[in-house]
Amino acid sequence: MDFQLSEDQRALRAGIRELLAGRFGRDRMRAAHEGGGGVDRALWRELGKAGFFALRLPEAAGGVGLGLPESVLMFEEVGRALLPGPLAATQLAAGVVKGAAEGEAVVALAEPGRPVEHLDGADALLVLDGDRTRVLTGGVLRRVVDGARPVRSLDPGTPLWRVPGLAAYEGEALPDGARLRCEGALLAAAEQLGGAARSLEAAVQHAGERQQFGAPIGAFQAVKHLCAGMLVRAEPARSAVYAAAVTGDPVEAAGAKLLADRAAVDNARDCLQVHGGMGFTWEADVHLRLKRAWLRSGQWLTAAEAEEVLAADLGHSGAGGCRAHACDATDP
Amino acid sequence: MDLAYTEEEEDFRARLREWLGSVLPGLPGKPDPGDWPGRRAYDAGWQRLLYDAGYAGLHWPADAGGRGATPTQHLIFLEETERAGAPYVGANFVGLLHAGPTIAAEGTAEQRARWLPPVLRGDEMWCQGFSEPDAGSDLASLRTRAVRDGDGYVVSGQKIWTSHAEVADWCELLVRTDAEAPKHRGISWLAMRMDSPGVTVRPLRTLAGSTEFAEMFLDEVRVPVSHLVGAENDGWRVTMVTLSFERGTAFVGEVVACRRTLDALAAEARRSGRWDDAVLRRRLGRLGAEFRALWRLTQWNVSEAQASGGVPGIGGSVFKLRYSEARQELYEAAAEVLGAGDALDLDREWVLDRLSSLSYTIAAGTSQIQRSIVAERILGLPKGR
Ligand SMILES: Cc1cc2nc3c(=O)[nH]c(=O)nc-3n(C[C@H](O)[C@H](O)[C@H](O)COP(=O)(O)OP(=O)(O)OC[C@H]3O[C@@H](n4cnc5c(N)ncnc54)[C@H](O)[C@@H]3O)c2cc1C
Repeated sequence: MDFQLSEDQRALRAGIRELLAGRFGRDRMRAAHEGGGGVDRALWRELGKAGFFALRLPEAAGGVGLGLPESVLMFEEVGRALLPGPLAATQLAAGVVKGAAEGEAVVALAEPGRPVEHLDGADALLVLDGDRTRVLTGGVLRRVVDGARPVRSLDPGTPLWRVPGLAAYEGEALPDGARLRCEGALLAAAEQLGGAARSLEAAVQHAGERQQFGAPIGAFQAVKHLCAGMLVRAEPARSAVYAAAVTGDPVEAAGAKLLADRAAVDNARDCLQVHGGMGFTWEADVHLRLKRAWLRSGQWLTAAEAEEVLAADLGHSGAGGCRAHACDATDP
Repeated sequence: MDLAYTEEEEDFRARLREWLGSVLPGLPGKPDPGDWPGRRAYDAGWQRLLYDAGYAGLHWPADAGGRGATPTQHLIFLEETERAGAPYVGANFVGLLHAGPTIAAEGTAEQRARWLPPVLRGDEMWCQGFSEPDAGSDLASLRTRAVRDGDGYVVSGQKIWTSHAEVADWCELLVRTDAEAPKHRGISWLAMRMDSPGVTVRPLRTLAGSTEFAEMFLDEVRVPVSHLVGAENDGWRVTMVTLSFERGTAFVGEVVACRRTLDALAAEARRSGRWDDAVLRRRLGRLGAEFRALWRLTQWNVSEAQASGGVPGIGGSVFKLRYSEARQELYEAAAEVLGAGDALDLDREWVLDRLSSLSYTIAAGTSQIQRSIVAERILGLPKGR
C-alpha cells in the first residue's frame, strides 16, 4: 500500500495550479465575480487544450486516459482558485456531448428542485433525475432556456436559473446514472476540499500578520485553535476524497462528499471569523468561498442524501474494507 | 496513490488471519473488570501467545527483539486483530507502545537486553509515571526529584493518573535531576521497579467506578543509575520520542473497533424499529463517514511514515483530535439507539465504554494541548498565550 501522491500526480497538480495561477489569478478571479460570472470561454478552451475535460477519456478516443484520482486532484485546484462554471458536469459529459472534451461546449447540470447554474451559456444540459440521466441539446434545450427565469444568485460567480418541470423534456438517455452521480459528487467534493484548504491558508496567513494587543493574533490560543480545527476538518476529508477516488466505491464517495462539504463551509466560516470585520467585507475573498461552498454542498449529493447512503450501508456486514466497486475508477 | 496491498502484505494478512482463527476460539473468557490479578494474567497470556507465534513487538526493530515490520504490516496487524475481536493490549500498553520503543531507540545494549525481552514475552508490565498533581498539561513543570547518591538516585515525590500501576512491574518515570536548570532541561527518564521500598500505590476510582489508574507516592526510593535511559537531564527529549509513539500508533486499531460498534448499533436499531427515525439513522450514517475517513487518514499517515523511514509523524495529533471526538459521539448515538432502559444499565459493556470514551479528549494530551501543537508545529503559528 502506498497511499501518497505519485510523482506524476504531483506534477499534474503542479501543472494545473500553474495554469490557473497564470490565467485565473486573483485579479481575474475578482473580475469574473464582479462581472456577473459568465463562463470564460477562452479559459474553458484553454483548459480543454490542456486535457482537463478529456482527462478520463481513453487515449484511443483522443483522451488523456487518466483516472478518477487525477480528476480529483485537478478539481481540488479548481476549488482553490475559485474557478466558476459547471466543470464537473462538462468533464463527465466529455465523449457524449460534442465539443465537451475539447472545451468547446459547456454542459450545465440540472437536478429536480434546484436552480441550474450557467444555463444561459450552456450548449447542453445534463439532467440528473434520481438514477435516470439524460442530456438535452438543440431545440429542447432552447425550450428549457425560454421557460427559465433568472435567480438573483447568492454566489456572484455563478448565475442561476429556475427551470420549471424538467420531467417534461426528453433527451438522450445516458446509461449508468448512479455512477455518474457518484463521480459528480466526488468531483464536487474535491472542489470543496480545495476551497477548505485555501480558507485554512488564508486564515493562517492573516493570523500571522494582523497585530492586536501587541502580538500577531495567531499567538492567541482562541485564534490558534480555530485554525487547528480547520486542519482537523480538512485532513480527514482529504483522505476520504482521495480514497474514494481510488476505490470508486459509492458509499465511500458519499462519505467524502459529506465531509468535504462540511470542511468547505465550516472552514470558510472560521476563516471569516479570523478575519474579523475585514472578513465581513465584499473586498475579502472569504465570502466568495463560503458562497461557493454552500452552492456545491447542494449539488450532486446533499448531506441528507449522503447520510442515507452511508446509513444504508451500516449494520449488514461486519466492519469491512471497501465493498464492490459500483463506479469503476478507470472507466471514463 | 494506491490502496492495494502488495502480495507480501496480503500474505502476511492471510497468515495472521489464519493464526487468529486457530487461537481465538481457545482463549479463556474475559476476566471481570475489577479483577486486577485476573486482568494481568489475561493480558500476559495473550502477549505470550503472540510471542510464541512470532507476532510480539511486530513494529519494533529486529535488533530490539521485534520483527522490524513495516508500518503497513503493523497497520494490518492492528486491523486484523481488532477485526477478529482479539484481546486489546491492556496492561501491556505502556511496555509495548512506548516504554519499549523508547528503550529500543535510546537505551544502551545492556538496557535493551534487560528490559525488552520480558515485555515481548508478556512477563513484565510497565506503567507511565509522567503526570503529577501540579504537572499535567504542563508536564515539564514536574517536581518529583531524584538526587544522586553513589550509584543510585534517591527519588521522592508524587505521581498521579498512573494507569495500571497496580499490576505493573516497572515504571517509566520522569524525574527532576537538576532543579536549577530551565524546566525542560533538568528532567531525566528512569526505569523504576514498582516493588522498590518507598513506592506506595493508592488506587483512584474513575468515573466508571473502576480503578483504572492510581496515585503513586515515592518516598526516598532508590533507583540505580544504570536505570537511567538517555543522558542525565536529557529526559525531555527522550520523552518527546515516547509521546510521538503514543500519539502516532496507539489508537489505530480502535478505529476498526468503533466501526464494528457502529455496525452493531445499526443492526440493533434495525431490529428494534428505531431505524425508522430518520434523524437517528442519518446520525449513524454520518458517523460511518467519520470512521471511514479516520481509517483512510490512518492509511495516509502510515504511508507517509513508511516513506520517511518509519517515524510516526505529527499527523497523529490531527488524528487524535478527530478520533477522540468521534468516539464520544459514537457512544452518544449508542445511548439513543439502545434506549433509556439499557443506556442506564452498567452491566451492559457498551455503557462502560460510553463512560471510558470521556477520557479520550484528556488522556495522552488534552484536545486543547493537541490543538496548540497542531497550530504551532504544523501550521507554523507563533508560539504564545
Ligand atoms: C484515563 C486516563 C489515564 C491516564 N493515564 C496516565 C498514565 O498512565 N500516566 C501518566 O503519566 N498520566 C496519565 N494520565 C494523565 C493525562 O496525561 C493528564 O490527565 C493530561 O495530560 C491532562 O493533565 P491534567 O489532568 O493535569 O489537566 P490540566 O493540565 O490541569 O488541564 C485541565 C484543563 O485545562 C486545559 N489546559 C491546561 N493547560 C492548557 C493550555 N496551555 N492551553 C489550553 N488549555 C489548557 C486542559 O485542556 C484541560 O481542559 C491519564 C489520564 C487519564 C484521563
